[in-house]
Amino acid sequence: MLEDFFIRALIAGLGIAIVTGPLGCFVIWRRLSYFGDTLAHSALLGVTLAYTLEFNIAISVFIISSLIALILIDLQKRTNLPGDALLGLLAHSSLAVGLVVIGFLTFIRFDIMGLLFGDILAVTINDIFIIWIGGPLILIILRLIWKPLFASTVNYELAEAEGLNPDRAKAIFTILMAGIIAISIKMVGLLLITGMLIIPAAMARNISSSPQMMVIYSVIGGLLSVILGLLTSLEFNTASGPSIIAAALFLFILSLLKIKQSIKLKN
Amino acid sequence: MKSNQNILVKLKQASFRINDKWLVKDVSLQIEKGRIVTLIGPNGSGKSTTAKIALGIYKKIDGRVEKYTNKVGYVPQKISIDWTLPLRVRDFIILTENLKEEAINDALSLTGVIHLKDKNLGDLSGGEFQRVLIARAISKKPELLVLDEPVQGVDFTGEIALYKLIKKISDELNCGILLISHDLHTVMTATDHVVCLNGHVCCSGSPIEVAKNNEYKALFGEKASQILSRYEHRHDHIHTNEGKIKKN
Repeated sequence: MLEDFFIRALIAGLGIAIVTGPLGCFVIWRRLSYFGDTLAHSALLGVTLAYTLEFNIAISVFIISSLIALILIDLQKRTNLPGDALLGLLAHSSLAVGLVVIGFLTFIRFDIMGLLFGDILAVTINDIFIIWIGGPLILIILRLIWKPLFASTVNYELAEAEGLNPDRAKAIFTILMAGIIAISIKMVGLLLITGMLIIPAAMARNISSSPQMMVIYSVIGGLLSVILGLLTSLEFNTASGPSIIAAALFLFILSLLKIKQSIKLKN
Repeated sequence: MKSNQNILVKLKQASFRINDKWLVKDVSLQIEKGRIVTLIGPNGSGKSTTAKIALGIYKKIDGRVEKYTNKVGYVPQKISIDWTLPLRVRDFIILTENLKEEAINDALSLTGVIHLKDKNLGDLSGGEFQRVLIARAISKKPELLVLDEPVQGVDFTGEIALYKLIKKISDELNCGILLISHDLHTVMTATDHVVCLNGHVCCSGSPIEVAKNNEYKALFGEKASQILSRYEHRHDHIHTNEGKIKKN
């Protein structure tokens, strides 16, 4: 029979996939892959702070990631550096600072690999609660800001001119990104969270012709990736994060076949 | 006295600059319900900038903008859409406001592109896309319509039809229109008020008044002046060879 820890991981993973599906579509549409990476890297700092202050990991990561996002927006206004340079700067410096802090915390035994790549054994009932409360909350908020966020993704000036307040939607979206990273870090690991966001959405793009369709396929792709990935993880004793991402990659490759077919049809 | 309730947007000595360069300075104009205001002027004279100030896209301005409506339709001059987005024409029409299927069909029929409804936006030609842009802007039945070079890339007969449509929309919906165009011929038949820009308002008034204005002539040349005044249908001059004007 399936082990308890596996059931916990599965429930947690499915909860995450439902949220990363729609968010991932926006990450692709708005070209935010590196932004996601930056927030994820900064999460390590959040984790170390949580250990130091004996605080909840998800909340701590959420606060630090939001903070990094705010610093990024501020730096964009204040410096002439290009966006990707700023992202790299923040990503690596927060990762470095996080690792340095870990070095000081000699009294705690850290599973660095678990942090970087996820650990299904580490998922507790508590984590499941956080995922299944935080996740739907993120989805509800995303639904509320969908119109302005999507419109400004297509064209900022149209959204602004027709009174949709795109800046507010963008700010809220940034916070949602910090939120998904916070709830999924234990499961997927901070190096691979962006993969969980992008790969199912990329797979969905290959087989969709409308935004709604892409969101739905992206969710389905994420759910399948979690199931496939966790089964593999259990079977071969591999880390959960990489197994899930590898499963997502497998689905992406399958979706390429569909593109090939539709190109053939067009000719 | 005109009732103030008819005013949709009012610019009072609006100025906008990027760094130290003024794009427009001291532009005052107002758009009222049921009237078409046309901005004309050479390249770089601040027409699109003025439109964006009126729309509230540019916020850090000097002077004042008073906006009395939130029902706005906008056809921008340049639009960069990421074609990697899976977006059909029908998705694009409801971009800023959800509409009933009927309203989507109506708008697309009016601009003659109903057959493109389920097509991917990225697969359209320039002219087709322009028609979709206009359809989107009018589909939500706006009170204020801002059209920045709306017929660019549209074929000649289509151009005339679309200008007729714009006039019709202004009458039927009783909406105010801010129109930007290079095409003096077509524009002038429908316009109520012309504002001639060259970084500032160089002159404004009815098409005929503007045509007679010396600053306008200096900016566009005598030829353009003739184009405008042709719509007067009351010639106070005759045309001699080489387009010269001889007063009666």
